[in-house]
Amino acid sequence: MGEDTESSKVNHSFLRDYVTEADVISTVEFNHTGDLLATGDKGGRVVVFQRETVVGHKPKGELDQVGETGESGEYNVYSTFQSHEPDFDYLKSLEIEEKINKIRWLPQQNAAHFLLSTNDKTIKLWKVSERDKQPEGYNLKDEEGRVKDISTVTSLQVPVLRPTDLMVEVRPRRVFSNGHTYHVNSISVNSDGETYLSADDLRINMWHLGITDRSFNIVDIKPANMEELTEVITAAEFHPHHCHLFVYSSSKGSLRLCDMRASALCDRHTKLFEEPEDPGSRSFFSEIVSSVSDVKFSHNGRYLLTRDYLTAKVWDLHMEKGPVETYQVHDYLRTKLCSLYENDCIFDKFECVWNSSDSVIMTGAYNSFFRMFDRETGRGVTLEAWRETSKPRAVLRTRRIYTGGKRRRGDVGVDSLDFTKKILHMAWHPEENIIAIASTNNLYIFQDRVSPDTQDPDLGSNTI
Amino acid sequence: MFPKGTKRKFSDSREEPVAGGEDVNQSSLAAVRMLSSYSLQRQSLLDMSLIKLQLCHMLVEPNLCRSVLIANTVRQIQEEMTQDGTWQIMTQALSAANAAAQCSADRLVATEVLCRQTEAAQGEQVPKPFPVVGSEGCPAKEVLEEEAAAAEVGMTMSTVSPQAPTSYLPGTFGMDPCWEEEETGEDDDDEEEEEDSEECGSGSEGEERERDSLVEDTRTAEQVFGTFEIKNPAPSPDPALEELFSDVDASYYDLDTVLTGMQSVPKMGPYDLLESLSSHGPSPLSSSTSCRSDLNELDHIMEIIVGS
Repeated sequence: MGEDTESSKVNHSFLRDYVTEADVISTVEFNHTGDLLATGDKGGRVVVFQRETVVGHKPKGELDQVGETGESGEYNVYSTFQSHEPDFDYLKSLEIEEKINKIRWLPQQNAAHFLLSTNDKTIKLWKVSERDKQPEGYNLKDEEGRVKDISTVTSLQVPVLRPTDLMVEVRPRRVFSNGHTYHVNSISVNSDGETYLSADDLRINMWHLGITDRSFNIVDIKPANMEELTEVITAAEFHPHHCHLFVYSSSKGSLRLCDMRASALCDRHTKLFEEPEDPGSRSFFSEIVSSVSDVKFSHNGRYLLTRDYLTAKVWDLHMEKGPVETYQVHDYLRTKLCSLYENDCIFDKFECVWNSSDSVIMTGAYNSFFRMFDRETGRGVTLEAWRETSKPRAVLRTRRIYTGGKRRRGDVGVDSLDFTKKILHMAWHPEENIIAIASTNNLYIFQDRVSPDTQDPDLGSNTI
Repeated sequence: MFPKGTKRKFSDSREEPVAGGEDVNQSSLAAVRMLSSYSLQRQSLLDMSLIKLQLCHMLVEPNLCRSVLIANTVRQIQEEMTQDGTWQIMTQALSAANAAAQCSADRLVATEVLCRQTEAAQGEQVPKPFPVVGSEGCPAKEVLEEEAAAAEVGMTMSTVSPQAPTSYLPGTFGMDPCWEEEETGEDDDDEEEEEDSEECGSGSEGEERERDSLVEDTRTAEQVFGTFEIKNPAPSPDPALEELFSDVDASYYDLDTVLTGMQSVPKMGPYDLLESLSSHGPSPLSSSTSCRSDLNELDHIMEIIVGS
């Protein structure tokens, strides 16, 4: 990205865009320890990165022994595999995209790692395992595997395992298909470690990880008469600790917390979180702008973080009547909603994430910008994920959008924002201040390094 | 009132009670302008939404969330216009145009699916022409004001230029360069023009085409506007096909049909027509399946060339 200059007269940009379309990253997710980072792309591939274990690597907050700049482990490619292939629905004569919509890791139970990946219709469970040893010293086979002539065997030896080059094997272990008529937008692993949910536009199913030919339908908002359809499910997630609770968000901006102990079909919510609309600010775009694009439980399970088009909101699970905090992500777009509706940008689905201590929330915006909000101070900062401006190990500068008043150098005007560069997908390390930002087909990893001189952490970058 | 023959825009209908003529003062003029600009905005938003609902990437299933949100926006505008009273005017104009319209058999011919829908909707047996008229097929200056109003709505919903090759029957379709050129021109026109429908066009032929388009657009309007009421396709004459598709979730197709529209996309006209036929409900056209693979290839090539 960005390397093409205008030197050639023929405009190859459409070709370049076409070629790299499949490389556009569509989901990013750390595993539960943060050592592995998985990305899925539009071409149906999954790339898993692993964090280097650098000798002398210290846990967060302490300086590394290696150098003054604090060389923490970097993320390198661990494994790549084709998760989903393009498919065709013969009944409806429509293609099924292979784009990976979501990846979720299972908690690790043995040496192997498991992850769930899904496209619009099918969820797959993948086993990622390492092989770094090989048995050697067979009695009946020689080194190349050929059968020995028995007469040459004069003594017996015990085969031993010897280390070999590391091999990462990825195998599909389960394929959960035919569960969804509509497009799957979310998957979420339950804290019980045995089940997970998958949500499409109108239904949510609960699966057992070991059973692929059956699933329970736990939410169904499909109206009997499709003409009456006015609301769809946009995201869903299990509670991090309570295996009977899950939440789902809708296109009308409401959140529903459901308790599976109440009934088998959780069409009736236990709690409904909805912010009453401000009648003064009503416009034709009010509903579209209020549609929730992502919902995440906080790590402590007490709060919900939601993202709609212009804001990010924190909700207290005990208070249904409105969010406890509202953060304006890019309020300067409020007057541009008509153009954003015209170019379809208003339908962009931004994700949002919590940091490990639930004190900071982060979400994406346009022009390769992303925003972080400190919940304690309420202040937000704008950062940029763009190759040209961030060299490896350079400190990220904060950016500003010029909306009036005194204009500083480096301020970006609202009209010069690039709406094709959108940060939709991101992830935050479960324990440390490391974030992964997907910007089209690039993955940026930023790490927090506490400098020895000051107390303020600054972010260093590591572009992949 | 405005003198007869003067171009009258939809939004102006709201100005009637205010802009009398003699006793207009500064503040009410400003109010009038605000009102009319609001109506203009609302109208253009409505038109944009309808186009979005109809434009669809027929290779992949359309995004349901987006369709629902756009549909809700259309409904909201519709409700507001109903309260204003502008809705009645528009539907009256459309039905007037409908009554006056004729259909000619040598238009771009719709296939059985569209026929089935129209059968159910209007009890007619004659295959209706596919929405045809672009800005070139505009009425002459003498067209009635109602038709003009209807045409405004029609303009944004009509797609293919009448100069295009006449037959879209499967088997006769091909990448006609003439048709494509027309389309790109048509595209620009559709986007640039707002509510000005009285452009070129001359003679009775232009008028006839315009009437035809209004027929289509009426139906389109009813299909899309109404209450998103999906007319269930009339029972297929082929019982074997019925059996084949008996366990299909037809309701999804229906929403598909309406929300994604049966109309062709300016860029993808004939391709979409055939594709929509095969994807929305049982399509007895035998040649459609053979054309489908060619369609997909052509689509693919088109995408590469156009870079979409």
